[in-house]
Amino acid sequence: MKFDGKVIKYGDNVDTDVIIPARYLNTIDKKELASHCMEDLDTTFVSRVQEGDIMVAGFNFGCGSSREHAPIAIKESGIALVIAKSFARILYRNSINIGLPIIECPEAVDAISEGDKLSVDMDKGVIKNETTGTEYKTEPFPPFIQSIIANGGLIESIKAGKIK
Amino acid sequence: MAMTMTQKILAAHAGLDSVSAGQLILANVDLVLGNDVTSPVAIREYNKLGQDEVFNKTKIAMVMDHFAPNKDIKAATQCKMCRDFCDDKEIVNFFDVGSMGVEHAILPEKGLVVSGNVVIGADSHTCTYGALGAFSTGVGSTDMACGMATGKAWFKVPSAIKFVLKGKLNKGVYGKDVILHIIGMIGVDGALYKSMEFTGEGVHTLSVSERLCMANMAIEAGAKNGIFEVDDKTLEFIKNAGGKDPVVYTADPDAEYDEVYEIDLSTIKQTVAFPHLPENTHTIDEIDDIKIDQVVIGSCTNGRLEDLIVAAEILKGRKVNKRVRTIVIPATQKIYLEAMEMGLLKIFIDAGAIVSTPTCGPCLGGHMGILAEGERAVATTNRNFVGRMGHPKSEVYLASPAVAAASAVTGKISSPDELA
Repeated sequence: MKFDGKVIKYGDNVDTDVIIPARYLNTIDKKELASHCMEDLDTTFVSRVQEGDIMVAGFNFGCGSSREHAPIAIKESGIALVIAKSFARILYRNSINIGLPIIECPEAVDAISEGDKLSVDMDKGVIKNETTGTEYKTEPFPPFIQSIIANGGLIESIKAGKIK
Repeated sequence: MAMTMTQKILAAHAGLDSVSAGQLILANVDLVLGNDVTSPVAIREYNKLGQDEVFNKTKIAMVMDHFAPNKDIKAATQCKMCRDFCDDKEIVNFFDVGSMGVEHAILPEKGLVVSGNVVIGADSHTCTYGALGAFSTGVGSTDMACGMATGKAWFKVPSAIKFVLKGKLNKGVYGKDVILHIIGMIGVDGALYKSMEFTGEGVHTLSVSERLCMANMAIEAGAKNGIFEVDDKTLEFIKNAGGKDPVVYTADPDAEYDEVYEIDLSTIKQTVAFPHLPENTHTIDEIDDIKIDQVVIGSCTNGRLEDLIVAAEILKGRKVNKRVRTIVIPATQKIYLEAMEMGLLKIFIDAGAIVSTPTCGPCLGGHMGILAEGERAVATTNRNFVGRMGHPKSEVYLASPAVAAASAVTGKISSPDELA
């Protein structure tokens, strides 16, 4: 998978309560969830995010609640990929399970600024910052997780008989 | 190969002789849990599988606790979706208004989790059951859907941090203070992807209720699970709850740990986590006057009978400060009834507090006590993120039921020792 997009950057410990506040969890409608994405941290996000943008964040991205509504809201808002220094574990597995691409790469995050243009090749594990000309290597996912992603998420993996 | 307690439980459930940290496994689960917020997404995903029957009608629990009793039409619609699904699939452990309680309080109370189980729940505080020597962890709705269909979940086997507890807590200090102290020490990602294993002679001095409180907040240090070694108190609790066939796992003496911390319980002080992260901890003696507007005593962290007894001892014969809305929420119907029979509810109401039906309610800013801009609450809950209990510019301070009750009386963050 390859991605080209503009960066929207946040700091450490972005929790699921600011990604999608609980007051909006009375719906499972993806578009409605996306319309409140990041609202308690950044009220400008929804109006400025564009299809294909890349979210970049610090350590422990998505800490807190297990709400899958958080990665759903991010994905539906148009974000194509999230790069963070580290991910909280439930958001990490939720993202894989719903097919929101994520990459852990602390070095790259430090060298990326808001508004930078990135091109990312997930298969080769390369993040290129087109704005600064720097390039970073990332660790590929283990084969088991790659197969979930390749099948289009956990539900599709089960349907394909990959998990019995 | 030497294994931690968690690794042994996972190996047994994956049908393997041994597992090691970092290994990806597919494990059988003993219980799949969801609530009224996460289950609707899981049901939507489950329905994509085209599978009529769930893997086991007795091994799924759905609890209507977050926005129930229904706070608005949309919440009512979500609960209805869960109710219809459980009816259709003949799910035995469906807990609706009248039988429900806060999920992580009701499951142990009903004996639905025992030592040695693997439990996944579409709720981050599913890690609570580690107090009973089970491996339990929070997952998302898609995991819940696949768990309901297959009875399995994928895991990356975690490494572990060992906490060796020694000594005994001083009077007025509780399990909540210990776990807040630990989160303050290692940070909100201090145990990221890892197990927190609690062991040592100090464990035996803690009640099961305190252990449930501590395991509950393992997620606030980023942990995959928190787990306590099993002792007589654990087994007695499970027996009294009607739990069947606990299996006791112990860590190998030569198991590898990423870190080992020794904690002398007698050195722990009353601790409060300031906004907006559970790691922002201060001991009570370091806190200046911080005026508050609301106190919440309840939740999956501290809504058990023992917690209500502690709060009632402090509020008995006293009045809460006129500026402080004090909301007491027994975590289950059974706790509510026991509190009533013990006269605790009268103490709360005489003191000027209100007593609510069981619900997660204000803990996650759902209903039953939302904060306005600029307001501050002391809560016995588990999270104090931005906007957690209401307005993004409101503040939540996390504390034990003792500190919460004392603060309700004085109108500022206080130790019970400050009361005349």
